[in-house]
Amino acid sequence: MARTLNVVPFPAPTKSAASRPVPVRGRTLLFRVDNMHCGGCLRTVEQALAAVPGVASARANLSTRRVTVVTEGSNPGNTEPLLDALRKAGYAAAELGDDGLADGPSDHELVKRLAVAGFASANIMLLSVAVWAGRSGQEMDPSLQTLMHWLSALIAVPAVAYAGTPFFSSAIASLRARSINMDVPISLGVVLATGMSLYQTMQSSEQVYFDAAVSLLFFLLIGRVLDQRMRRQATSAAENLLGLVSPATTIINPDGTSQRVATRTVTPGMRLLIAAGERVPVDARLAHGAAEVDESLISGETVPRKVSEGEPLYCGTVNLTGPVEAIATACEDNTLLAEIGRLMQAAEQARGHYVRLADRAARLYAPAVHILGLVTYIGWIWTGHGWQPALTAAIAVLIITCPCALALAVPAVQVAAVGRLFKHGVIVKVPDGLERLAEVNTVIFDKTGTLTVGEPRLEDPASHDDATLLLAASLAAASRHPYSRAVMRACADRGLTAVPAQEVEEISGSGLRAVAGGQTIKLGSAAFCGADAGAGARPTLWLRRGSDTPVAFHFHDPLRADAADVSRRLRGLGYEVELLSGDRTAIVEEAARACGIDRWEAEVRPDRKVARIEELARAGRKVLMVGDGLNDAPALAAGHASMAPASATDITQTSADAVFQGARLAPLIETLAVAKAARRAAEANFAIAIAYNIAFVPLAMMGVVTPLIAAIAMSASSISVTANAIWLGHRRLKDAS
Amino acid sequence: MTALAWLIPAALSLGALGLTGFLWTLRSGQYDDLEGAAWRALDDDPADPKPR
Repeated sequence: MARTLNVVPFPAPTKSAASRPVPVRGRTLLFRVDNMHCGGCLRTVEQALAAVPGVASARANLSTRRVTVVTEGSNPGNTEPLLDALRKAGYAAAELGDDGLADGPSDHELVKRLAVAGFASANIMLLSVAVWAGRSGQEMDPSLQTLMHWLSALIAVPAVAYAGTPFFSSAIASLRARSINMDVPISLGVVLATGMSLYQTMQSSEQVYFDAAVSLLFFLLIGRVLDQRMRRQATSAAENLLGLVSPATTIINPDGTSQRVATRTVTPGMRLLIAAGERVPVDARLAHGAAEVDESLISGETVPRKVSEGEPLYCGTVNLTGPVEAIATACEDNTLLAEIGRLMQAAEQARGHYVRLADRAARLYAPAVHILGLVTYIGWIWTGHGWQPALTAAIAVLIITCPCALALAVPAVQVAAVGRLFKHGVIVKVPDGLERLAEVNTVIFDKTGTLTVGEPRLEDPASHDDATLLLAASLAAASRHPYSRAVMRACADRGLTAVPAQEVEEISGSGLRAVAGGQTIKLGSAAFCGADAGAGARPTLWLRRGSDTPVAFHFHDPLRADAADVSRRLRGLGYEVELLSGDRTAIVEEAARACGIDRWEAEVRPDRKVARIEELARAGRKVLMVGDGLNDAPALAAGHASMAPASATDITQTSADAVFQGARLAPLIETLAVAKAARRAAEANFAIAIAYNIAFVPLAMMGVVTPLIAAIAMSASSISVTANAIWLGHRRLKDAS
Repeated sequence: MTALAWLIPAALSLGALGLTGFLWTLRSGQYDDLEGAAWRALDDDPADPKPR
């Protein structure tokens, strides 16, 4: 059954809803708004939405780049006016399907456990300090010492039970799967330390490690929270991208009425109405008339394709001219888009073998710790001590070696690095993306949209006088066609304001027509304007007033301002740079020469790009693929690491490790520099953690580690590891801009 | 020594107060949009465009 969109009575993802009364009736809609960067944007967006009739409230979230809108009453689920209001305010927005609303309350679960562990460790530490001070100075009443220990136990046991749950359950799951992860030594250490301390407290002994056990959990949870925050940022970026795949479609019923339905309910044979500027939701063929579609999603090329009756329209392409009717031919898994998705998944599986740095460390570390503990225990029994001192020494070893700094080492560095890149407009989407970016030594660029700006610009605008440009713009204002936009842009660059002509008629696949001052004015193809297209396939638009000679506007796709500079600097830093493009040889050669790239290939198909990357991989190169078209998506997935500009198509962004914003390529260099620095910092952190172990493990094995030494060693290593990570976020990098 | 009888409970309950306070702020969503909240503080227009 067709499910209407937007009936989403959901727990608002911004928990601010809890502190502000939300109208009970009405609907909650979620949008992503990409180019929201500051408080000014925040306000503009909220006010623009609040001014739309029927909107009860709008609340923007700058961290997630999302806006939650609550409507009054149960308005029909048409979100066009809202999107329009945002567009007028200058923001590109997209509605997120209800799948994107699944931010559960679980994000806070770890933070709560962290808070409890923090409270418990601080208070137990206070009690412990009293005991240590009492022990070293004047004699402390043994009964008072026991009282302190009992108080500590009272706080520690419930705190360990609550705060340790994530580690315990993960360790149990790991053991069930007959493997050992980092959580096994952690759980063992914490549980044994708590149990042993409880036993010693009952015996009124001095060897009580409650403080160590709880602060261990506290530091470990910090690492977990950082790690989770990063993963969440990555998934929400991915969700935002997926949200762009149009969740609603307009279908035409047999009786002629139209209706908005969820895209996934569309079946082949249904008649669809595709508005101007809307994405084609499924593979379809044009029912009648003609249309021009932007197929950059599929081909990566910006020049639109003309489609006439009966010809196919591919899912994900954009209808540029007036509303058209189409008949669905393939849906969901059968579309060309889904096909490319499968190609991507296949390429990604090869990358799935990559083992994260932290996991590699854990594989070596966990068995080493257990062996050390066992050796200590056996050694003490061997030398004729009882089981009790032997166990105490073994537990001391487990506590000292507990991979607290190790568990913090990587997440802390990654969060600092990702935060730093975020400020430079680079969004790292995949948690291990940074690690792979650090290993890159070859960079492959796509041309259209990556080295170039990816949209046509008017060539040599100075050759047209103001009046001609204004006349063309007065028609172009009515169209979404990229050439029309280029004309508008050239007009705006010159400081001219075009007055939109009245009653502009858009002839699908041909051009625009209007009547002004008794003359018919045409803007469009050569045939439409009666012009002689001449030789060469340069993208051209013609303007004809009445029976005057048609005027030609040529377009080209210029290089990004810093493309040549970035490619030169990359080579200077020792990277090999290549250019692979689907475009024509002459154009690619020109771009390659302008950027000083020696190795280039033109007219390559997506599978050839993948093949070239695999070729390089076999030769031992680690390839960073930078591309924006859907045709690049398989190549992005095949590369050792991948980046895409924010202007790239959704699928492409989804398959990239990192997405950079803005008109410049320079963030690429910053990203590579930060990734390398992050890897060095992570390695330094491992070194710090291991140095602490080397210093303290022999002491622990000899049984001279007191609770005081254990507590200091652990906190000090965790703090130095975190400090090293924070430093990464702020210091100057040699390679970076 | 009798001082401890009230000092320790006092210290613990102050800590617990802090903990409950933090959990409350967490639950009421005060950490959901740290970046946005920083900017909102600078917004000196008190009139909410649409009072709830």
